[in-house]
Amino acid sequence: MLKFRSQHSLVSSNLTIQTKEMIQRKNNDTCKEISLYVHVPFCVKKCLYCDFLSFNCEKKNIERYFEALITEIVGASKVYKDYSVKSVFFGGGTPSFVDSGLICMALSTIKESFCMKKNAEISIEVNPASAIFDKLTAYKKAGINRISIGAQSLNDEELKKLGRVHNKEMFLETYENARKAGFENINVDIMSALPDQSFDSYMSTLNRIVALKPQHISAYSLIIEEGTPFYNMDLHLPDEELDRKMYHATKAFLAEQGYHRYEISNYALNSPEKETFECWHNKVYWKRGNYLGLGLGAASMVENVRWNNTSDFDKYITIFEQVRNTDIFHDVINEPSAEGKLKQTEKDVLHENIEFLDKKSRMEEFMFLGLRLIEGISIKEFKDVFNCDIFEIYGPVINKYTDMGLLEYSIDEDYLRLTEKGLDVSNTVMADFLID
Amino acid sequence: MDQSKIRNFCIVAHIDHGKSTLADRMIEKTGVLTSREMQNQVLDNMDIERERGITIKSQAVRMIYKAKDGQEYTFNMIDTPGHVDFGYEVSRSLAACDGAILVVDATQGVEAQTLANVYMALDHDLDVFPVINKIDLPSAQPQEVKDEIEDVIGIEAQDAPLISAKNGIGIEEVLEAVVKKIPAPNGDVSAPLKALIFDSIYDSYRGVIVFVRVRDGFIKKGMKVRFMATGSEAEVVEVGYFGPGRFIASDELSAGDVGYFTASIKNIQDTRVGDTVTDCANPCEEALPGYKKVMPMVYCGLYPADSAHYSDLRDALEKLQLNDASLFYEPETSQALGFGFRAGFLGLLHLEVIQERLEREYDLNLVTTAPSVVYKVHKTNGTVFDLTNPTNLPDPSEIEYMEEPIVNGEIMVTTDYVGAIMQLCQERRGKYLSTDYIEQTRAILKYELPLNEIIYDFFDALKSRSRGYASFDYELKGYERSELVKLDILINREEVDALSFIVHKDGAYERGRKMCEKLKDEIPRHMFEIPIQASVSGKVIARETVKAYRKDVLAKCYGGDISRKKKLLEKQKEGKKKMRQIGNVEVPQSAFLSVLKLDNTD
Repeated sequence: MLKFRSQHSLVSSNLTIQTKEMIQRKNNDTCKEISLYVHVPFCVKKCLYCDFLSFNCEKKNIERYFEALITEIVGASKVYKDYSVKSVFFGGGTPSFVDSGLICMALSTIKESFCMKKNAEISIEVNPASAIFDKLTAYKKAGINRISIGAQSLNDEELKKLGRVHNKEMFLETYENARKAGFENINVDIMSALPDQSFDSYMSTLNRIVALKPQHISAYSLIIEEGTPFYNMDLHLPDEELDRKMYHATKAFLAEQGYHRYEISNYALNSPEKETFECWHNKVYWKRGNYLGLGLGAASMVENVRWNNTSDFDKYITIFEQVRNTDIFHDVINEPSAEGKLKQTEKDVLHENIEFLDKKSRMEEFMFLGLRLIEGISIKEFKDVFNCDIFEIYGPVINKYTDMGLLEYSIDEDYLRLTEKGLDVSNTVMADFLID
Repeated sequence: MDQSKIRNFCIVAHIDHGKSTLADRMIEKTGVLTSREMQNQVLDNMDIERERGITIKSQAVRMIYKAKDGQEYTFNMIDTPGHVDFGYEVSRSLAACDGAILVVDATQGVEAQTLANVYMALDHDLDVFPVINKIDLPSAQPQEVKDEIEDVIGIEAQDAPLISAKNGIGIEEVLEAVVKKIPAPNGDVSAPLKALIFDSIYDSYRGVIVFVRVRDGFIKKGMKVRFMATGSEAEVVEVGYFGPGRFIASDELSAGDVGYFTASIKNIQDTRVGDTVTDCANPCEEALPGYKKVMPMVYCGLYPADSAHYSDLRDALEKLQLNDASLFYEPETSQALGFGFRAGFLGLLHLEVIQERLEREYDLNLVTTAPSVVYKVHKTNGTVFDLTNPTNLPDPSEIEYMEEPIVNGEIMVTTDYVGAIMQLCQERRGKYLSTDYIEQTRAILKYELPLNEIIYDFFDALKSRSRGYASFDYELKGYERSELVKLDILINREEVDALSFIVHKDGAYERGRKMCEKLKDEIPRHMFEIPIQASVSGKVIARETVKAYRKDVLAKCYGGDISRKKKLLEKQKEGKKKMRQIGNVEVPQSAFLSVLKLDNTD
């Protein structure tokens, strides 16, 4: 894509642009890449199946949160000044629940303080009930170029049972508005295996959504997590057979409609012109790229160190109220040391669960994260990264699951991936890639 | 020592009737120990015994008692194991005594074990006198119990001391009764040494410590002695008495005495219970009667849950065997369970005790295969062999016929439950012999029962069907020809050797069906369908299926929270580690244990 653009600049013979681009490219080439996740932990109300960090709260506290968030962004940008940002993702909670000005302010702070890559993917999750046209326009204007709409279902009965605050009409309106606001990269989240959901009902949701031709569809089946209201409710859930039927029908139908599956639950519209509509940000997680989580409870991995921010709202706010406008960021924000490892100072109460990944953990992650992608992992890359042959480490496991028809690999074509059957039971296979 | 001042006796009782407590009180009263020194129960020094309220290894203690007649008497109290499994050991302990105290619970009266123990004591020509214990309990019925003892057992009981061992009531009376009612020994001090071994333990410094009752002659340090049954000889290093919880060395033991000696003996197998010790220089003419080599009645496979602990298990068994000559084991390999041991026990309780000691004292995690009795296999080529592991059963075409061990069982039960218990015995292929009513509300049912029908869960079934009111006692009668088949269990079409067992052909279907049902619940779903089959001679007689799971995937994996995903996978992997691999199927350890208790599923 870059190459194509460069040629384009040459053709246009606009020297100024060309020079500027070359400088930009030079910077980007020398810079290491990083992705940013920004957590917005607010919702009108929590859905009955949700176990993410979110809650409703007063406007005043939301504003205090964004003040703290912006302070964190500025502080972090100083620590990660050698990195250029490849993608930004506003997730939640419901980012569209809060005033769009707050989101735009956070994004502009990122753009000002971090070194941004050209054409960085900037996504935001929105909820049909709260994403009114004005908000969507504001997002677009601020530079957000990808919208993710949580539809889940287009059956109002099903939506009600999930505890969603929107209905089918609201979704269709929001989708229309997003198009009108100028978004050309839209994702729609849908769920299968919902309480009392029939196969036909699920397929009609899928049909209606595909008719809209979104660039990306996330389709996942409902998982009842402990600690959610659903966990203790007497639900009539589709059995495993029906669940799988929906799941397999999704793949077949979407393939027919011009979508390709690139990850267990993610599908992108095939695009002849553009490189891809696959979500860059999402792939960073599976390919173990650097990502920095900003905001309450956000998870990070930079240079093989994982950690997460505190999940304590008051604590999070207090930390940044204390350090605002001072120069002690380095006491609060961890700083990568010479070896790329993190030094945590005594005063750092923001970061928790800091884990330096040793070679064993890195190999494990390489496998169980990489295998989530349909393309699988590269055998050659494994060797390059870890300096040893993948079969030396995982030979018996690979052979066991290849024999069972759950894994397949090719040395010549350089892949190891889950088969169709393997994807259905990926946890079983992945668990075996953990080393004793 | 003057034999007229010695009293050698034991206490017999049904389990929980207060034998150990009475022993403790007697030791206290005779002043050998102060109350402060007393452990709760001096005789039972092993944790398991205390918890279960039973005594496994017999031990003895000497007490000095100053009687009302002003004389000082030496009491040797020999403790007997309280369970049917240890019948032979009990008989040898009794043979070392001249009399017995019978303890009967004033609230429970005579029980099956009471009877069995008393008859055994009487068989050994012991003078038995009863004491009525727990008289301070509100539900005590001392007079009824006295009458019952006279009616049922036929021994004088009207002057039986009424005591509470727990609260120290009437203990003095018991001590006086010992002096008056237990006969003094009457051995010949000048005759050649003749001593009965009634127990032995292993001490890592002194070697085997042999417990003996000297019948004739004397034994002292430096003497060369011979064990008449095993033929081994040794030079005596030390002799002495049993103090409570310790050994007290002395110059010699002479006729009538009970004590111990050491002779640098390394192997406990050389000092078999029931053997006679004599002087090499001046041997007695014939050994004391009653010696027999005890044979294990029940066998099972013992495997470490983690195969890496095989050598730990071997070391532990070796150590346990030092103190338990009746424990037998040899290495064995199972396809399903890997390397382990086939171990032989006197009975199911013995098995459970050993299993528990291995797990508790040696911190081992074990998988035990279904217990099996010893079958006699008569082959078509005329040879006979003892089958201890069902896996080794030859092809049916090579078998002429098989025999199984049969026991004479006595079940004492209140009349309300006679019907239920008779039905149970019927189900267990029992052959009814007789019903004796010992009083209006209680009866003794006599049955011949195949041993393999009572080693699994008979005691549990007996308890549940009689609401705890039945007690059971048995002794081996002999072997009888029987229509036996080997039931195999196939998991995903692979035979699991550790689950095979021998069963009567009429019970094969029922048992096979129950096992399949149980295993179906125990085996987790896999990525493929798993048939569980029970088969006899290659013919499937029962089948269950563990359906395949079709989904094991975390669809949503959000916000880069990888640690959570990893934890989930780790948990999944950890769960798998506790499984046994059989072909492609992971079988939890619990599956091997669950099939032992099939009656509970009813």
